[in-house]
Amino acid sequence: MLREHLPVLVIIIPLIAAPLCILFRGRDQAFGIALLATWGSFACSAVIAAKVMASGTLSYELGGWPPPIGIELRIDALNALILLIVSGIGSVVAPYARNSLLLEYVEDRSYMFYCAFLLCLCGLMGVAVTGDAFNLFVFLEISSLSSYVLIALGFDRRALTASYQYLIMGTIGATFIVISIGLLYQATGTLNMADIAQRLPEHGYDRTVIAAFAFLVIGVALKMALFPLHQWLPNAYSYAPSTVSAFLAATATKVSVYILLRFLFTVFGVQFSFDILPTAVPLTILAILAMFIPSIVACFEHNVKKVLAYSSVAQIGYMVLGIGFVTMTGLTAGILHLFNHALMKGALFLVLGAVFYRIGSCNIDRMAGLARTMPWTMAAFVGGGLSLIGIPMTAGFISKWYLIQAAIEKGWWHIAVLIVASSLIAVIYIWRVIESAYFREPPEDLQNVKEAPLSLLIPAWILVFGNVYFGIETSLPVSMAELAARSLLGAN
Amino acid sequence: MVDFFGLYNYWIVIVLAMAGMYIVIARGNLIKKLVGLNVFQASVFVLYISFGKVSGGTAPILLKGVVTYSNPLPHVLILTAIVVGVATTALGLALVVRIRREYGTIEEDDIHSQDGHT
Repeated sequence: MLREHLPVLVIIIPLIAAPLCILFRGRDQAFGIALLATWGSFACSAVIAAKVMASGTLSYELGGWPPPIGIELRIDALNALILLIVSGIGSVVAPYARNSLLLEYVEDRSYMFYCAFLLCLCGLMGVAVTGDAFNLFVFLEISSLSSYVLIALGFDRRALTASYQYLIMGTIGATFIVISIGLLYQATGTLNMADIAQRLPEHGYDRTVIAAFAFLVIGVALKMALFPLHQWLPNAYSYAPSTVSAFLAATATKVSVYILLRFLFTVFGVQFSFDILPTAVPLTILAILAMFIPSIVACFEHNVKKVLAYSSVAQIGYMVLGIGFVTMTGLTAGILHLFNHALMKGALFLVLGAVFYRIGSCNIDRMAGLARTMPWTMAAFVGGGLSLIGIPMTAGFISKWYLIQAAIEKGWWHIAVLIVASSLIAVIYIWRVIESAYFREPPEDLQNVKEAPLSLLIPAWILVFGNVYFGIETSLPVSMAELAARSLLGAN
Repeated sequence: MVDFFGLYNYWIVIVLAMAGMYIVIARGNLIKKLVGLNVFQASVFVLYISFGKVSGGTAPILLKGVVTYSNPLPHVLILTAIVVGVATTALGLALVVRIRREYGTIEEDDIHSQDGHT
């Protein structure tokens, strides 16, 4: 009986657990509740994913009201993959947070961190399950509001200004999305995404629909930090606590990419988005700029967290490039990169959290010689870094391989060359960190640093192991990404 | 000309939205930026409420002898969006309070110069 309510359980569990954390307050109680909630929703997501892969799209009528009047939760392969990513990363980050500096900093108010964390998880999961356009906006704002809170928890006072900047840009993005949804409602008289998709061709593509399309793409581009709308991201991710950076870098922008995919391909339809309007051209150009300019900036940064943040903007470029191909292989590559990037950035930010825990800084010069005192931590960094560059046998290689294949399939050799070239820039900025940690003398005061505690190392290593595992045994993400790409392209 | 005046509430939406965006971009005062953001969001509220209007329709309350009602759904939707807007403003103001405590100012330029411009 419970099995049929799984689609709604993945959001209800964190939503109910969040206020419970406030009620029980104690550090251990809040931690226990958060752990149960994240692991519970991960288990639900896994069952849902297995169900979707076996028997196709799941549809759930919220409160028993049939769509299009009621809100429908709709889960296909793409939604299931996003659910797995968000809840999976959440399950790794929740135990990590307990011993990270973050909770020592907020002391007895750690239940508030868990509450915001669970609300953020709930919002992101909600975006991934809902089939209703307005519902999607509400969940997106739940996750955004709680992520502003999480970012503002950073130790540095610049975390506050970063959070404020993100709040302004994020709200403008969200408001653009509301305008778009309103215009779509006006044109079609429905809010159910599948229903809008059905009625749009009958309505015709007039100026209202084109305006809705423009508002949506710009709004989502702001939320997912597509170059050149990424200004909020580097500061937000570098001044947020490492735990939060790891969680948000691995999930928040991915969910926004999902929204872009869902609207471009399912709601507006491939024909309108890419044949009637030349969306692929600006997307591809911006994607290529995103692959290079932030990567080059990353090569000159001294704060390693900022290096990774700029690298995140570049990785969004790869995903959008895959979308811009509008082919089966291209979409598969984009969706695969979404999954793999969550693994690698999650791992790298967790490693930096362990570094910060011991030396209180993520500056590249302070990290000199760190491989001698913290060998396991830095080995995990190398593992995540190799995946980020795209070395064979790591997850990063698989998605770039698909991306290059997609470029060659279209006959765009120059783009395939650009993908390789931008990966070489990733070699530079990852190597700078490795060079400092492995081949330089540690600073005087950091000669006797101890290895990071196991409670921080284990979650980081789980994700590094995931990078290697999904680099060799690719069947799970590839089959889900292919199924998702097929349903996105086949919807029309 | 009739079209122009017939769509006057949409013109108001555009003017409000542009004014709000301009304040967000042009002002350095963190509170003023939030005010601009609110003006911008208010324009969207007006937009939604305009959608709901049905010519000749009355408020959607069941009455004897009335057959045409305005569409209540956009109004309900925008209530939700207003709640989201209130939460955003509250959080933004809370952040400004913290920023002022840390930096002693709420002017963007002063904050940047204190951080050695990041």
